This record gives sequence, C-alpha cells and structure tokens, in this order.
Amino acid sequence: MTTATDTVSVTRDEVRSASKWLFVAGVVMLCIWVLLPIYFLMINALSSPEEVTSFPKRMFPSFDLASVTFFFKFQGVLRALWNSVQVASLTMILAIGLGAPAGYALSRFDFRGKEAFRFLVIMTRAFPLPLLALPLAIMFIRTGLDDTILGLALVHATLALPFAVLITFSLFSGIPVELEEAAWTLGCTRIQAFYKVILPLALPGIAASAVFAFVISWNEVFAAAVLTIQNRTLTAFLLQSLDVSPLPLKFAGGAMLVLPALIFIFAVRKYLFAMWGIANR
Amino acid sequence: MPRLLPYLLLLPATAFLCVFFLYPFVLVAMESVTREGSYSLDNFQRMVSHWKFGTAMRNTLLLAAVVVPVQLALSLAMASVVTKLSTGRSTLLYIFAIPLGISDLAAGLIWLAIFEQTGFLNSALYGLGVIEQPVLFLSYQNPMVIFAAIALAEIWRATAIMMVILVAGMGLIPKEYGEAAEVFGATAWQRFRKVTLPMLKPSLQTALILRVILAFEVFAVVIALGGTNFPVLMEETFQWQFTLQDRGVAAAYAMVILGISVAFTILILRLLHVPKGARV
Repeated sequence: MTTATDTVSVTRDEVRSASKWLFVAGVVMLCIWVLLPIYFLMINALSSPEEVTSFPKRMFPSFDLASVTFFFKFQGVLRALWNSVQVASLTMILAIGLGAPAGYALSRFDFRGKEAFRFLVIMTRAFPLPLLALPLAIMFIRTGLDDTILGLALVHATLALPFAVLITFSLFSGIPVELEEAAWTLGCTRIQAFYKVILPLALPGIAASAVFAFVISWNEVFAAAVLTIQNRTLTAFLLQSLDVSPLPLKFAGGAMLVLPALIFIFAVRKYLFAMWGIANR
Repeated sequence: MPRLLPYLLLLPATAFLCVFFLYPFVLVAMESVTREGSYSLDNFQRMVSHWKFGTAMRNTLLLAAVVVPVQLALSLAMASVVTKLSTGRSTLLYIFAIPLGISDLAAGLIWLAIFEQTGFLNSALYGLGVIEQPVLFLSYQNPMVIFAAIALAEIWRATAIMMVILVAGMGLIPKEYGEAAEVFGATAWQRFRKVTLPMLKPSLQTALILRVILAFEVFAVVIALGGTNFPVLMEETFQWQFTLQDRGVAAAYAMVILGISVAFTILILRLLHVPKGARV
C-alpha cells in the first residue's frame, strides 16, 4: 500500500517538475520569438553597408556605423526625422489637451449625455481611422492645411484622443473624490483643488498617456503617406522610398523607428493596462 | 455653473471628434457615391471591375483568417504565462509588450531582414547546409512565401495588443473561482476551459474587435515585404488615391473596408455576447 502511494507521489513529482521545465522552456521560446527579429534588425543597422548586402550573414554586429551615417546623410532623412518629431509632439499636446478634461469630466460627474459621449469615443475604435486621411486631404487643401505639420497632427490626434480620454478617465477614477472634497472644505476653489491635489497625483499617468500619443503618431504610416508630399514624416519617407532605397538605408531607417518605441514602451510599461485593460468596460 | 462644468470640459473633445471623425466619414461616404458631381455607383463599379479588387479582397480576408486565430491562441498563452508568474513578471510583460510600440512599417522591415535574399533565413539555411545558394524568397513567383512572411510579421507585431488586454482581463477574475475548481479536482486545462475562458469573454471581445479591425487595415507590412506583388485593400486604396489620383474609387475602397470592419464588429459582439449582469 505504502509503495503504491510512494510511486504515485514520485510520478506526480516527476510530472510536476517536467511541467515546470516545459513552462520555463515555453517562456524562453516566447521571449526568443519576440526579441530575435529585433536583434536581427539591429545587426543589420550596426554593420557596414557591404556587410548588410553580403552573404552569408554573421550573427553578430560588427559595430560599424557606416550604415547609420549613410542613413543620416541621405537626402531628406534629417528633415523627415524632424517632421516626425514635430507632428508627434503636436499630436501629444492636442490629445492630452483635449482628452484630459474629458477624462476628468467622465470620472467626476454624472450628467445627461455621458453615455452618448462614451459611445462616441468607443465607436472610434470600430472604425479604420487611417482612412480619415482620404476626406481630410480634400478638406485640408481647401483650408490650406495640406502638406503641413498641423494638418497631419490633427489626424493623428484623432487616433490618439480616444486613448487619452480613456486613460485619463481611469487615472482620475483611481484618485478618491474625498481628497478633492477635503481641499474644498479647507478653502480651495475647484480649480485650486485640482491643481494642488489632483494634478500632482495624476501627472505620471498623464505623462505616460502623452508618451503613448507620441508613439501612435511616430508609428503611423498610412495617413502620413497620404497627407504629406514635401513635409514627409520618417515613416512616410521610408515608405515612399522603399522600392528605390538600398537595403542598408531601409534597415538603418527601421532601427531608427524601433529605437524610440523600445524606450517609450519601457517608460510607460506600468500604465499599459490603464491604456488597454479598461477597454472592456 | 457646476451643472454646466462637465459639458464645458467635454466640449473640446466632442467638437474635435465631430469635425475630424464624424464629418470626414460623412464626406468619404458621399464621395464614394458621387462621380463628376452627380450621384452614381460608378466608383464601386470601377473598383469591382478592376482585376486587383478580387485579389485584394481575398488576400485581406485570408490574411485575417490565418493571423487572428493564431494570435488569439498565442496571446492567451502569453497572458496565462504572465498571470501565472510571480517573479520576473514585469520584465516578461515588458518583453512581450515590445511589439506594441513598433510601427507596422518597422515590423515589415524587421521581417525583411530575415526573408530578403541575403537575409538571416537564407544565412541560417546555408549554415545548416540545407541550401547551396541564397533563395529569392520574396519574389512574385513565390506568392505562398510572401503570404507566410507577411502573416508571420503580422503575428509577431500585433499579438501584444491582445496579450495586454487579456492579462488585464485575467487580473479581474477572482482567484477563488480557480481555487474552487481545483478543490473539486479540475486539471489546469479544465480550469482554463471552464473558468478562465468564460470569465474572460468581455476582454476577448474587446481584443478580437480591435485586432480584426487592425487586420483589415494591414498596409505597411505588406508593402515592405511584398511590394505590389501582394495587393490588399488598404494598399489599393492608397494606389487609387495617390498613384491613380482617383479619389472616388479610393473612397469606394474606404467604404468597403469600413463595411467589413463594422460587419465583423457586430458579428464578434453577437458571438461573444455577455449579459449585462454577468460582467466581472
């Protein structure tokens, strides 16, 4: 009898350790799946143009900056980069400036039309937003906004605004109303209470959602390619020159797109759930 | 004043969405049914009669049909792993979430580094002695390889969005449910099937809707890897708008993409219907 239970427990232990081993192996595989492709791109970006087009490839970068230098000296790259930064910064300001007040209102007040507004925000997610660039292209030509930084930033802000609203809504909802009420009873006006009590608490989260708005704009391709001709952003520039540009340029450009994204996602990693997790309520 | 305050706070965002979201969609809808100033379905006829329309439609739907189920499985696996882990959770989550911040164009270029003629796949196969010479994978003669490369790049890039939503959803499920099932002798797989999945419905719904709509918008990945050899709806929209300078047909394409997006959103909402009282 005892031997029987012993063998059972032994096999159970074996099964447990085997499944643990399997679990670790799975985690490692998943990490490799995500990281290896990025590593490949970085090898190419940090190798000389000759190495990029040679065969077979080495599995380690030679840390030759010729490809990167070639990319930055390429006609139009620096300007495209600067345009991208400007559009993304403007998008960030628009999205937070318009979205944060709305998020605050949703978290603090009950009023008629609240559900209608939430529906409008949620609805934007069921629509392929980059397509907005088509009608807006015509609208912008009429108003003189075509091929401008502001014009593109307005479209990108439409992409980023729903996120800004939902993130700030969840942020402000997480700050107890009582704090604000306490400030009022101590003689603060509504505005003072907001600036002195609520804003400092919400600021890191607001910064994170601003970063997220920046990344949305930085990464957007379709609208940027449709709406800009002279003032191309980096994505639009790379897309338009895909069939003519040499491989080292493509890979250095790709790395240039990826690098800020890596840093940004790291900076906002705590807030990823506030951004996407609340989507279901 | 206090009664008006919420409306004042909402006004800028609402006005912005009306001008730059609702109004443009009305405009593009009107544009799609207008030809030379008068109402007609000419744009749609031109669109459908062009030989690339059928291919673009088929490619887009086929890509979504292959990519989305794989992503669903992969994101569920990733989310389960992250939820189960106690040490190293945030590091793993960051690694899994990296593709979330990567542009579809950059993702296309990343997979180009693997699939191009002097790329890493060829190098690896050569190193293993499988091939004598580098193979030209991404040529119009290999449509299946182009499809596979695009599908892989899409799976790699956009699984993170679903993963994050599902991790958040799993966090909302009370631990007691799983523990109770364990007490009654349910295996890990049974607990996943009978407890986690049903409780996860709202998150699954959101994740699937977002993902399916993004799948219909696939654009830069396709151009980076397939050029014009693999037409998809968004690419055709871009060609008609930009290269062929025919805004009417581009608008018709936009309506088609919009139509299938809305249709699939409604379908997913129906299939994964969650009664109001049953939400966690």
